[in-house]
Amino acid sequence: MTDAPRSVFPHRHLLGIEGLSPLDIQALLDLADEQVEVSRQIEKSKSTLRGRTQINLFFEASTRTQSSFEIAGKRLGADVMNMQVASSSVKKGETLIDTAVTLNAMRPDIIVVRHHAAGAVHLLAQKVDCAVVNAGDGAHEHPTQALLDALTIRRNKGRIEGLTVAICGDILHSRVARSNMILLAAMGARVRLVAPSTLLPPGIARLGFETFTSMEKGLKDADIVMMLRLQRERMNGSFVPSVKEYFRFYGLDQEKLAFAKPDALVMHPGPMNRGVEISSDVADGAQSLIREQVEMGVAVRMAVLEALASHLPNR
Amino acid sequence: MSNGLILFKNARLIDPASDREERGGVLVRDGLIQAVGPQVTEASDAQAIDCGGQVLAPGLIDMRAFIGEPGGPYRETLKSAGEAAAAGGVTTVVSMPDTSPALDDPAVIDFIVRRARDTSIVNVRPAAALTKGLEGREMAEIGRLREAGAIAFTDGARSVTNAQVMRRALTYAGDFDALIIHHVEDPDLVGQGVMNEGEFASRLGLPGIPREAETVMLERDVRLVRLTGGRYHAAMISCADSAGIVRNAKDRGLPVTCGVSINHLALNENDIGDYRTFLKLSPPLRHEDDRQAMIEALADGTIDVIVSDHNPQDVENKRLPFAEAADGAVGLETLLSAALRLVHSGRLSLPRLLRAMSTRPAEILGLPAGRLAVGAPADLIVFDPDAPYVLDKRQLRSLSKNTPFDEARLEGQVSTTMVAGRVVFQRDTM
Repeated sequence: MTDAPRSVFPHRHLLGIEGLSPLDIQALLDLADEQVEVSRQIEKSKSTLRGRTQINLFFEASTRTQSSFEIAGKRLGADVMNMQVASSSVKKGETLIDTAVTLNAMRPDIIVVRHHAAGAVHLLAQKVDCAVVNAGDGAHEHPTQALLDALTIRRNKGRIEGLTVAICGDILHSRVARSNMILLAAMGARVRLVAPSTLLPPGIARLGFETFTSMEKGLKDADIVMMLRLQRERMNGSFVPSVKEYFRFYGLDQEKLAFAKPDALVMHPGPMNRGVEISSDVADGAQSLIREQVEMGVAVRMAVLEALASHLPNR
Repeated sequence: MSNGLILFKNARLIDPASDREERGGVLVRDGLIQAVGPQVTEASDAQAIDCGGQVLAPGLIDMRAFIGEPGGPYRETLKSAGEAAAAGGVTTVVSMPDTSPALDDPAVIDFIVRRARDTSIVNVRPAAALTKGLEGREMAEIGRLREAGAIAFTDGARSVTNAQVMRRALTYAGDFDALIIHHVEDPDLVGQGVMNEGEFASRLGLPGIPREAETVMLERDVRLVRLTGGRYHAAMISCADSAGIVRNAKDRGLPVTCGVSINHLALNENDIGDYRTFLKLSPPLRHEDDRQAMIEALADGTIDVIVSDHNPQDVENKRLPFAEAADGAVGLETLLSAALRLVHSGRLSLPRLLRAMSTRPAEILGLPAGRLAVGAPADLIVFDPDAPYVLDKRQLRSLSKNTPFDEARLEGQVSTTMVAGRVVFQRDTM
């Protein structure tokens, strides 16, 4: 009974933060806290998922997230298989369903999916019998990233409730931002969104989030400054004029960080564009939690896999 | 020089910003207006300028002038444009970014600011490119350009045809409270056209430009302003329907303003006469009905500003068959005289006219000038609105002489121009 998962998580899949209650989130974070300790031991293996098959199905390249899920699965004793599907060979809709049906026939227990189209993971979840974890779908959600961010915040600040968190940068295209906004708000944080108007989703202010187009104003007295990655193809005239201009007005450097609280912490989901959305001295500075976020990533994914395992059919 | 203290006395003060119209004087110290009003009559320690009952008003602010520097100094330099402006009563010129290289880089804006400060006797405020290379494809660095000294953003004589680019530019500019000035002309509808589409073009055998080239683009822009909330100024409108579009936009409370060129207020397509290329303009001179509509729209406030659309062209670009000649006319020096025609014909009051040439441009651009108020910059003009003269293009201070008013009988001449407390122009009187 030592490694038996607890039935605290009432969901069969983890498709997004949307739909999770604060209690669900808290349970996952508590579980993740325990996994941090497991990961820090010399003997890192558990047997929760022994004999189980975990398929990491990535339609979009992501070495970091995939490795994190792979390590998490292996530490829980699962047989992990990585499948890279070149997005060019997959044409949405039917082909995705075909893939799902094929995979399902291999009888996996958990499928971890990343897909470039929002909603693709939900579609796949309808077609398979096993648990599905969303590892990022389009610009929609990236729930494990939000959970690992929350865990990092909670471990450093002791709480999430009442904190002011500024999420800055390319909000429009960011699944990380979406999951974080929902999670942090649900847990009682005050969420601010800071970006040029071209990178703010239309109507976002009406959803109850404070929006700022000035870093100085948006960062004022913030406890947490969460930077987002700006994809280079989205710069140069389309959404913002240039890298230089973006860094000048929206890149996090010491000068802008000084507007936040003196003990404010800096986060970034990685990989970073140094000198674009964040300066090197801030990224590597004393206030940065960026490396810790990576460690928490493994713990959170172990927690998620373990929580979902409680719903898998018994052997 | 009395410690920089200058007194203008015995003037007819007109300040459109405060609806002031009375006899009196203005006292200037250290580049600023220190006192203004009927009580300002004497100051023993000041250098006095007797206005002799002439009008004293805020200096004109021209929101649209093309200057050849950098890249085309043979057409016009910042120095020559400054001299022309001062003689015309223009104390601030907004220069267009259609230069070579285009004003799309903070370093080039910085160059213009410094060069103008060193060589021009009037204020020159550069408008930067709205899109890189004025190509309409990628937004320029609005934030950095603004920091470098750009006062507004425009692609000058070009229109941004891509609606997505315009939408994003309006959205992004809003974050910096930056003003976008747009030349409203759909190049596809212009096609090969060279003058207003209609009976007269048919008679001359020239391809026409429909009014819809302007109205379609303007209507699109107004809808994008409604979507984005960006501050927008249509550089020049030229036809009755455009006035209607702007009127509707203003009625809906949108941040839309617009200008009209002095040419479209003073001239119509018939003035082209025998293929006179100095009257080949963009947008083209329209029908007399449109000209009348422009005057009405100006009078009722639909049109905010009058611009010179000063666009010097050398002889080689104008001495060509009409269809092949370059667009544009010089206008800095004749702006006020030509505009006074509207006053003399009883269509517009003098304060209303001056409002459109100084107070409103200052408000739209966020400049402290354009008013006779204590503490405002001493950018002032003194002029006799009734002084008659015949324009001789050879007397123009611009390097290019392509004026549509050559040999025209005009009334009203500037006698003194002051910029930042310094007299930069004084007309020789016999």
